[in-house]
Amino acid sequence: MNQVLIVAEHDGSTLNSATAKCVTCARGLPDAAITIAVCAVDASRVAAQAAALSGVTRVLKLEHPANAHPLAALLAPQIVAVASEFSHVLGPSTTFGKDLMPRIAALLNCAQASNIMALTDATHLRRPIYAGNALITVESQPGAKLVGTVRTASFEAAGPGGSAAIDAAAVDVALPTHTRFVSLSAGKTDRPDLQSATRVISGGRALGSAANFKILYALADELGAAVGASRAAVDAGYAANDMQVGQTGKIIAPELYIAIGISGAIQHLTGIKDARTIVAINKDAEAPIFEIADFGLVGDLFQIVPELQRLMKKAGA
Amino acid sequence: MKRILVGIKRVVDANVRIRVKPDGSGVEMDGVKMAINPFDEIALEEALRIKERGMADEVVVVSIGVVEAQQQLRTALAMGADRALHVRSDVGVEPLAAAQVFLKLIAREQPLLVILGKQAIDDDNSQTGPMLAALWNRPQATFASKIELADGTARVTREVDAGLETIEIDLPAVVTTDLRLNEPRYVKLPDIMKAKKKPLDMLTLAELGVEARAQLKIVRFEPPSQRQKGVLVKDAAELVGALRKRGVIS
Repeated sequence: MNQVLIVAEHDGSTLNSATAKCVTCARGLPDAAITIAVCAVDASRVAAQAAALSGVTRVLKLEHPANAHPLAALLAPQIVAVASEFSHVLGPSTTFGKDLMPRIAALLNCAQASNIMALTDATHLRRPIYAGNALITVESQPGAKLVGTVRTASFEAAGPGGSAAIDAAAVDVALPTHTRFVSLSAGKTDRPDLQSATRVISGGRALGSAANFKILYALADELGAAVGASRAAVDAGYAANDMQVGQTGKIIAPELYIAIGISGAIQHLTGIKDARTIVAINKDAEAPIFEIADFGLVGDLFQIVPELQRLMKKAGA
Repeated sequence: MKRILVGIKRVVDANVRIRVKPDGSGVEMDGVKMAINPFDEIALEEALRIKERGMADEVVVVSIGVVEAQQQLRTALAMGADRALHVRSDVGVEPLAAAQVFLKLIAREQPLLVILGKQAIDDDNSQTGPMLAALWNRPQATFASKIELADGTARVTREVDAGLETIEIDLPAVVTTDLRLNEPRYVKLPDIMKAKKKPLDMLTLAELGVEARAQLKIVRFEPPSQRQKGVLVKDAAELVGALRKRGVIS
């Protein structure tokens, strides 16, 4: 029996879909019993959502006033305190999981596997290295606890249908005071979330300015799409940092990805190659993005994008 | 002495196209250009700027790995680090063991700050910083895009999925760097000459009492599946038609 503990990512009221993708990853293990740990001030709403995920056996509430913001230094000892019975401790490969899971692994004195694409059995997994330019099969030691981050782009979110038991665990470990939350300046929230959107439109340096990004937003609104950006566009100040798609930004797997004015540096392609359909619009016919695009259109984005918007509006896409 | 420790990892240069060996035993490393991990360059640049602002007295760069890693340490010294420590290991060192090495060096060097890259671009693990902070029982500020030092504390802005998060941490602490923290300086020729005279001390894992036991064994390397090149369409109307035909849009 593989006992899997998944650390829930949430904003205090809503469970992030990255957690449901971790559940799907854990279900790849034979005979897995899956527990989701929810660290929050009041965990009841998030715990109820976690308990409703198909395949989850148990939800553990870890409630403490210090859990108002997800600080790894405070969350890690709480997870470690309940981790003894588990063979696998997983979290998403989002900034939340990348920050927290290694801290947990070190406190447990065990290894971590990052960006897991598949858990094939209790001791074997696959993951990408070199920005996805090589895939490795990794063997962990039998009987050793394994901590991992789950590459969310490799998994569908677990659906509803579960009715797991919800238990509360007392948080009676000493929590450090050396790390304090100050503020969070969040990006716009009136568009779909980049990491879970089914359609994403990204802009590159060819957009030329932050103001020019508005033609992408107009098209995105027509399609109900999220908006992303290449590293070059973010570095140039055309788009916010949380919009960056690629090896060091967000790795996404939407149904439709439209790359506009993006040449297709390998670091960017790493972040999008699991997209179902890729469209590239670029004035340079030699741009590497065309090598992986299902549909390519060579031309001036400032003419093509408004025209696309008109055509899609007419069609009610 | 206010000291900053910076981790320097020798990795395949970011511009090299990685090829998996046909027998699946590894990636092609013969004659491949090596460089400082880009995030570690950013870490060093930040440490140098902190020193230049008078907030630190000494910047010490550390590399764990093969003897050739001293090339990257010399580059780091040319960028402006004061001295270097090379912890030799001829076998791969997993992040937890790397964190244990840094913990031993912290005991010797008593740094105010340890700055590491948020990830190495070879194994893409993104683990060593938080692991070190955990073993050290000190704060961590990962994915930093801004570091403001005050007396005994630091305010760090972090690039998180939701936007920019600011936290305050007590020092000493571990910070890991994100892309937009700074733009590393170029090395000037006279500095390369000067760097040859800067101290570079060699240590072994055994001297530090750290065992590089591999907990995760790589059984096989494979190239990723390639996407097929698609078709070029002539205009927006044809694109919309093609997407509709595929059922991607209605």
